[in-house]
Amino acid sequence: MDKVFSDKKAIFLFVFPAFLVFFMIIIVPIFFSAYYSTLDWNGIGEPTFIGIKNYIDLFVNNTDGFTMAIKNSFLVAFFSVFVQVPLALILAIVISKGIKGEGFFRTVYFIPVIISTTVIGQLWMKVYQPKYGMLNKLLDILNLDFLQRNWLATPETALGSAFFVIIWQYIGYHMLLLYSGIKAIPTTIYEAAEVDGASNFQKAMRITIPLIAPMIKVCVTFALIGSLKTFDLIYVLTKGGPIHSTEVPTTLMFSSIFLQNKYGYGSSMAIFIIVECLIFTVFIQKFFKAENITY
Amino acid sequence: MENVKNLDEPSISKIKIKHAPRNTKHGMNNIKTYGERVILLLIAVVQVYPLIWLIMFSLKSNQEIFGKDPLALPQNLLWGNYARALFDGNIGRYFINSIIVTVASVIITSLLAAMASYAIARMKWKLSGTMLIVFLLGLMIPMHSTLLPLFIFLKKTQFYNTYAALILPYIGFSLPMAIFVLVGFFGTLPRELEESACLDGANIYQIFARIMLPLIKPAIATISIFTYLSCWNELMFATTFVSKQEYKTLTVGIMGMVGQYATRWGELGAGLVIATLPTVLIYISMSKQVQKSFTTGALKG
Repeated sequence: MDKVFSDKKAIFLFVFPAFLVFFMIIIVPIFFSAYYSTLDWNGIGEPTFIGIKNYIDLFVNNTDGFTMAIKNSFLVAFFSVFVQVPLALILAIVISKGIKGEGFFRTVYFIPVIISTTVIGQLWMKVYQPKYGMLNKLLDILNLDFLQRNWLATPETALGSAFFVIIWQYIGYHMLLLYSGIKAIPTTIYEAAEVDGASNFQKAMRITIPLIAPMIKVCVTFALIGSLKTFDLIYVLTKGGPIHSTEVPTTLMFSSIFLQNKYGYGSSMAIFIIVECLIFTVFIQKFFKAENITY
Repeated sequence: MENVKNLDEPSISKIKIKHAPRNTKHGMNNIKTYGERVILLLIAVVQVYPLIWLIMFSLKSNQEIFGKDPLALPQNLLWGNYARALFDGNIGRYFINSIIVTVASVIITSLLAAMASYAIARMKWKLSGTMLIVFLLGLMIPMHSTLLPLFIFLKKTQFYNTYAALILPYIGFSLPMAIFVLVGFFGTLPRELEESACLDGANIYQIFARIMLPLIKPAIATISIFTYLSCWNELMFATTFVSKQEYKTLTVGIMGMVGQYATRWGELGAGLVIATLPTVLIYISMSKQVQKSFTTGALKG
C-alpha cells in the first residue's frame, strides 16, 4: 500500500502543474521586481544599473509625495483597525445574541462585500456627485445645505470620502467573521453567566471578546494588510487626486510605471509594498499573542 | 435571549408590577430592544440604500436623474437603458469575456489545487510539508508587486491581449487559498476508503478521481465561490494585461464606459447593475454557502 501512496511519478504529476503556475506567476515576478528596482529604465531603451538610487529617491530625495502616500495608507489602516473592526464587533455581538431577523441583518450587511470595488467606486462617485448626487440631495432634504460640497474634488474631504466607502464596503466582512467566531462559543458558557447574574455588557466584555480573540486577530490582520494594498477604490474614485491628496503607494506605483514609464522606480515601490506587508504581518503575530482556544 | 425570556415568562413579578410605574426593568428592556432594532435597521439602510438608488437611476431618463427630485422612484421603467448598455455600450461583450475568464479560472484552479492538495495531504513524500509552506507564502504576496514583471512576461510571450493573460495570473493568485482550504479539508477525511480501494487494486489516479474528488465537493464549492468573486471583481490585472476591446472584462469595460456615458447615468447605471447581477444572484440563491466560504477562507488563513 505504501508503494501506491509514495509513487514518485504520481506525486510529481499531481503537484507539478499547480507548482509551475504558482512559480511563474508569483515567485519569479518577485525576483524580477527586485531586479528592476535597481535599474534606471523606461521600458523601451537600455536599462542602466543604478543600485539603490531608486530607494534613495523614494525616501530621501522624494519629489512625488511617496511619504504622503504611505501616510494615507496608514490612515486607511488606522481607521480600518480602530473604527471598522470595533463597529463590526459591536454589530456581531448584537445580532448574534438571537434577535429577530438575525439572518436578515447578517445577509444585508454582507452584500457590499461581494460587489466589485469597480462598481462600488462608480456608484459612490455618483453618490458624491455635487449637483445630482444622493449625498448632497439628502443633505438638502435634511436642511443641512451648509454641509454640501464637492466631496471628491476638495482635497480636504476627498480622502475622508474615500475612507468612508472602504469602511462601508468591508464592515460586513469583519462582522461576518466575528459573528461566526461568536457562534462557535458554546451557549452553556452564557447560561452559566446568566445564572450568576451577568448583564449583556458583562457577558460581551468578559466572555465573548476574550473567547473570540483569535478571530479579532484575523480581522485586524485582514484590515491592516488590506489597507496597505488598497488600490481599486482609490483608482476608480479619485485616481489619487485632487492634487495627489488621496494617493496611496499602489496608485503611485501604477502611475509611475504606466503613465511616467519609470519602470525601475515603480518597481522599488512594489518591493516596498511586499516588505511593508511582511513586516506588519509579523508584527501582528508578535503583538497579538492570542492562543487558540479549545472549549 | 434574556429579553425574550423576560417577555414570555408569565412570572409572578409581572403580576406584581401591573400597576407600578412603567419605568421598571421590564419597560427599560423593551425600550432598549426597540432602540437596538432601530439602529440595526438604520445601518441596514445605509448598507443597501446606495444600491437601491443605483437600480432606480439605471431605470430613469436623464430628465428624471437631473431633474428636481433625483431620489424619487422612476416614473416609467426605462429598460431601454439596459439594451443600450448591453449593445451600444458593449457591456454584452465584456460580460461574455468575464464569464469565459472567470469560469476557466475557477475550473482550472479547482482541479490543480485538488491534485496538489491531495499529494500534499495524503501521499507520502519528504518535501510535502515544505511544498505546503511555499504555497502558503503566496497568501502574503500582494498582486501589485508582480504587476510589472507579469506585464513584461505576457508581452514577450504573446499572451498579452488574450484570455490567457488574465486566466493564468488569476489561477496563480487563487491557488494558495484553494490549496490551504483543500489541504485542511483532506485532513478531515477518514483514510479507510482509500486503503480499501487500494486493497481492491485501484491505482492512485483512480483513487483520486473516483473516490476523493466526489468527497471534497463541499470544499470545492467553497473555493469556487472565493475564486469566482476575486476573478469577476478584479480590476488591476484586467486593466493592465488586456487593451483590446474584444478581450476586455466587465470591470475594465465599465471604467471605459464612464467617459463615453459621462452625462448619461441611466446607461452607466444599467451597466453597473448588469455587471453585478450574476454575483447577486449567486448570493441570493446560496447566501449561507457564500458566507461560509468567506469564514472558511479566513479561518484557514
